[in-house]
Amino acid sequence: MSDQSLSPVQASSTLWIALRSRSLILGLVLTLTFVAAALISFVWVPYDITTLDIANKIKGPSALHWLGTDHYGRDILSMIMQGARTSIAVAVLAVGIGMLIGVPLGLWAAARRGSLLDEVIMRTNDLVFAFPSLLIAVMITSAFGPSATNAIIAIGIFNIPVFARLTRSSALSLWQRDYILAARVAGKGAARISWEHILPNITNMMIVQGTIQFSLGILAEAGLSYVGLGAQPPTASWGRMLADSQTFISFAPHMALFPGLAILLTVLGLNLMGDGLRDLFDPKLRRGRT
Amino acid sequence: MIRYTLTRLTSLILSLVAASVVIFAAIEVLPGDPASVMLGVNAQEDTLAALRTELGLDQAPVERYLTWVSGMVHGDFGVSYTYRTPVAQMIVDRLQVSLPLALYALALTVLIAFPVGIWAASRRGSFADVSVMGLTQLGVAIPNFWFAMLMVLVFAINLQWFSAGGFTGWGEGPLLAIKSLTLPAIALALPQASILARVMRSALLDTLSEDFIRTARAKGLTRRQALWRHALRNAMIPVLTIIGMQFSFLLAGGIIIENVFYLPGLGRLIFQAISARDLIVVESVVMLLVFAVVMVNFMVELAYAFVDPRLRVRR
Repeated sequence: MSDQSLSPVQASSTLWIALRSRSLILGLVLTLTFVAAALISFVWVPYDITTLDIANKIKGPSALHWLGTDHYGRDILSMIMQGARTSIAVAVLAVGIGMLIGVPLGLWAAARRGSLLDEVIMRTNDLVFAFPSLLIAVMITSAFGPSATNAIIAIGIFNIPVFARLTRSSALSLWQRDYILAARVAGKGAARISWEHILPNITNMMIVQGTIQFSLGILAEAGLSYVGLGAQPPTASWGRMLADSQTFISFAPHMALFPGLAILLTVLGLNLMGDGLRDLFDPKLRRGRT
Repeated sequence: MIRYTLTRLTSLILSLVAASVVIFAAIEVLPGDPASVMLGVNAQEDTLAALRTELGLDQAPVERYLTWVSGMVHGDFGVSYTYRTPVAQMIVDRLQVSLPLALYALALTVLIAFPVGIWAASRRGSFADVSVMGLTQLGVAIPNFWFAMLMVLVFAINLQWFSAGGFTGWGEGPLLAIKSLTLPAIALALPQASILARVMRSALLDTLSEDFIRTARAKGLTRRQALWRHALRNAMIPVLTIIGMQFSFLLAGGIIIENVFYLPGLGRLIFQAISARDLIVVESVVMLLVFAVVMVNFMVELAYAFVDPRLRVRR
């Protein structure tokens, strides 16, 4: 009923682009907040979390303890700050493992596309893909005992086929391009072409995927440490905090609320940032896809 | 179609063989001596020796592997070291919780994601689309076990509509059993439904921009008719792929959710087995879950060929 100056199509796409860039900004702010919290925790936290203060246990949020205290009287804000360290470290290292192994494998498979080597690499990837990171963690833990390192390895192994597949499929389409043909005519070998021409052209995509895997890594780390397969006490970890809070949830919901919110907001921030970056790198996608 | 099925079947068998080798190597060969892992550092030498004989550790790894695999093929998963019961029986008992839970969660995922995804795609760019997609963004980011804890707080502790955990068993009537699986299933389904709704929406939007949709519209179909008759079926390939992957996540993710609700499923079994260092149980349950994942992928590939006849000829 009211006449609009913009047609519905124009209005909606403007709305999307605005929302998209806003999502990038919101994502960046959320992510940087938690990265900053983790970094600050190296030099300063409100309270030392290694000293127990039983007299002040299970207190709700107050002026002294902004997010309250846990069942040992430890300050929850301080624990969340140090937990951010664990989450970020595990996720970054796991993404690093996935990229450092997966990307070269994908490049190699694409350079030798159709060969036995390509087939072997891709089938091995399919196989690894059949093991959810939780199961990899279960296997490693049953053999070597639980630790944050095992969580990193488990999530990292799970990331390898993700990067290998993406690298291979995007590299394959690049190999068809004329400038690659030109490079081959110029006498460059497959390895050099992969390094000099393919890799720079897939970097953006890897950054976007890295952001997504980073957020999945945070979720996976939280899940693993919740069931006791991740970081062990006294290392602070969001998943462990949630596991500890479960017994007290009926009368101390704040113990469960804040670590969970920390995970939610970090993951949300990374996802928004990933979406925003993808749109930024690839204007073709500025149509509001997933 | 037969050739397609046979190729897929061969790769299914190869994956299972490879997976079993990996699992066996990781759990029985990598740690060195499984007997000392199971009994701990303070074990007596003669207990260790007895366990080694019982597990057949005096045999070569290849021989042990073959015994393990041929046992599994015949439904014999060995005997649990801590419970002294056949592992196969334990798995069957636990599956009565885990499998219905995963299926329930999958049903919820599809029932939520399809309408939401289709609705958002058909109103692309509208306020409704933007807000629904914003909500799914939250759904994707929420840790499911935390969401489960919050639901326990609200629906079990405060409102007392559901019990906070435990499982009544199927003997007390299916309704009670389904009720005790409801909160866990919602917790598992919510993040997956958010992912699937987003995939559904973008797959639909992709197909809606194709030429054949324009042809259908030119033929006089309304946008809605074109969506339901032509776009939906063509959008199913990416959606099916994701559903297949999600079922594996639901089965494996159930391991964590079962812990929140104290459900006696495979997840509880695997953690009890880990803390009791019962490697036989861990090995078998992991193999079973990987088997489920590989089987589901196989069925998804057959479903592709069913939805898209072009795939029956290719490869």
